[in-house]
Amino acid sequence: MLVFERRRQPSKFWTTITPVLAVVLTMIVGGIMFALLGKNPVEAIRTIFWSPLFDPNLSAYARPQILVKAAPLVLIAIGLSIGFKANIWNIGAEGQYIMGAIFGGGVALALYPLEAWWIFPLMILSGILGGILWAMLPALLKIKFRTNEILVSLMLVYVSEHFLASVSLGLLRNPDGIGFPGSRNLQQYASASNGELFTGTGIHLGVIAAFVSIFALYGLIKFHRIGFQVRVTGQSERISRFAGVNPNLMVIFCLATGGGLAGLAGIFELSGPTGQLSIDFNVGYGFTAIIVAFLGRLNPFGMALAALLMALTYIGGELAQFMLNLPAAAIQALQGMLLFILLSMDFLSQYRIKIRKLA
Amino acid sequence: MTRKLFHRVVALLATLLLSFGFAKADPAKVGFVYVGPVGDFGWTYEHDQGRIAVEEAFGDKVETSYVESVPEGADAERVLTQMALAGNELIFTTSFGYMDPTINVAAKFPDVKFEHATGYKRADNVATYSARFYEGRAVIGHIAGKMTKTNQIGYIASFPIPEVVRGINSAYIHAKKVNPDVEFKIVWVFTWFDPAKEADAAQTLIEQGVDVIMQHTDSTAPMSIAEEKGIFAFGQASDMMEFGPTARLSSIIDNWAPYYVERTQALLDGTWESVDTWDGISTGMVEIGEFSERIPEDVRAEAQAISDSIADGSYHPFTGPINKQDGSAWLGDGETADDGTLLGMNFYIEGLTGSIPN
Repeated sequence: MLVFERRRQPSKFWTTITPVLAVVLTMIVGGIMFALLGKNPVEAIRTIFWSPLFDPNLSAYARPQILVKAAPLVLIAIGLSIGFKANIWNIGAEGQYIMGAIFGGGVALALYPLEAWWIFPLMILSGILGGILWAMLPALLKIKFRTNEILVSLMLVYVSEHFLASVSLGLLRNPDGIGFPGSRNLQQYASASNGELFTGTGIHLGVIAAFVSIFALYGLIKFHRIGFQVRVTGQSERISRFAGVNPNLMVIFCLATGGGLAGLAGIFELSGPTGQLSIDFNVGYGFTAIIVAFLGRLNPFGMALAALLMALTYIGGELAQFMLNLPAAAIQALQGMLLFILLSMDFLSQYRIKIRKLA
Repeated sequence: MTRKLFHRVVALLATLLLSFGFAKADPAKVGFVYVGPVGDFGWTYEHDQGRIAVEEAFGDKVETSYVESVPEGADAERVLTQMALAGNELIFTTSFGYMDPTINVAAKFPDVKFEHATGYKRADNVATYSARFYEGRAVIGHIAGKMTKTNQIGYIASFPIPEVVRGINSAYIHAKKVNPDVEFKIVWVFTWFDPAKEADAAQTLIEQGVDVIMQHTDSTAPMSIAEEKGIFAFGQASDMMEFGPTARLSSIIDNWAPYYVERTQALLDGTWESVDTWDGISTGMVEIGEFSERIPEDVRAEAQAISDSIADGSYHPFTGPINKQDGSAWLGDGETADDGTLLGMNFYIEGLTGSIPN
């Protein structure tokens, strides 16, 4: 008879190996789904996971694009992971991302057509500020009234989407746009453009920032006192008080880093690959980053890998759509499967499976 | 004997050569990028019907493919680049928000042809196309004005952009013409496709006493609500008959098939050029769906007459005298609107209440 025995500590081995197992299992289950849809499962899985990296025609373009797509996911996930470690749940990164773009983009559009070197740094700073301010609403409400930051931060996403629609149609609308919604394209405004650093790759400053953030988080958690405080708070708020942590400051710190990095991702994305503030500017990075944070076990390098994997499935998924006529919904189902399988496999790191003879 | 063998060998060689020749003639690849799912039964569905028509018209000579639910912005640019890299020769980008990405990618692939729907930026390898949906709005506006008992017509609008404002104005003019007491209640949902939001909007309108609903959004949700509540509605983008068999009075169908077939033919013939197309009822790009039996016969005849007169060019839906909402004159008696004003239309006409949000 099979018995599940709770481990005293989560198994190191299984914690490391389950993400890999989950990916393999997702490929198998996903392959079965593709086969049921009447597609060749091997070819479908190959197109999604292999073609962007190694197809002779496409990989030269797709490889750096994976980094570009992963960059905002990494930035946001890194910021969120600090809070998650401390049991502070900022679910509203999508809104903070939007506000970062509106604040940073607003600065640029207000200064247009002035050309000056300080415009771009100013945009970045106000982008970060926009994200922080938006994250301070749930933080202050939590400190002052003990509101639930999960609900408040999530609800504020919808508020920020309305803000976005409003400025796209009014305040920041392109005056030369013949009445259509959307701002000027910052790609065509030299001082505000976050252009590609290496020709033809699309790699912009945000990708570099994402790299830096990985190591910054690693250093913070490993070597800085705040990293220790975050971990202690996550284990028990009561104990953390004895360790001298001010829980209110901790709430502010966690939401500010999450919001600030989300805002930073927003302004990099706006000034770089997207260029234009429009009603549909946000495409869900703030929510996908939550998946990335958990796929990566809140570990900075794990999250980087998880973001790359998600980016790969997006780009490979697009290829599978137009090369194999797979529906978009099947790709989304595959991504959902990945998270579901990973979370259910957490069981293995928490429990030991034993075979016991019946008495 | 030898001669027979010789013939056989020749025949065999010929077949081989022929089949080799066919295999060599790679089909021309035509790609489509959609903003919604192909199963929306509205905007994207009709574009996909156009794609299927291309497949049917050209058979082995053309191979089509598509990517659905592509967000506007950076993702669209990447998808377009990958489609170009994968060897697509003609790519249709079917949403306004794909405008800048299309122009950017087109600049990098001068040999690939692009067609952008509803935009205004063109290049040597970027053509634009759109449909005069406001012509269809004139016909259904007339029907709505005749059919409403409460004199309240609900309008579910997506975004306050010229195309949507134009539709509201056109529908209102023609409803008002046949029913001076008519009032329009307009709800802005700020989405093209969100069945839940659209359904909520329809519910709200019905609670306010509306008995005819028009929509400028892509889902079938308002039609289903209209059916459930026993009021009237019109199919939008596609016919939507199945979703409101009794509620549906008529529909405005976007028929992209002839245009897509024509442009693909031009690609094959090597005669493709960057053009700006804005077609309406006359070419069939805007189709009026079959009139419901519930519309009285005389009203059906009138609606048909409006449609016919727009098609033959003898009538323009925006014919003066028309004043703007603030009472200032826009079109004088008998004057018709020019395309420039229509393309940038950002004002309501006289009689409409409320303001265009921004």
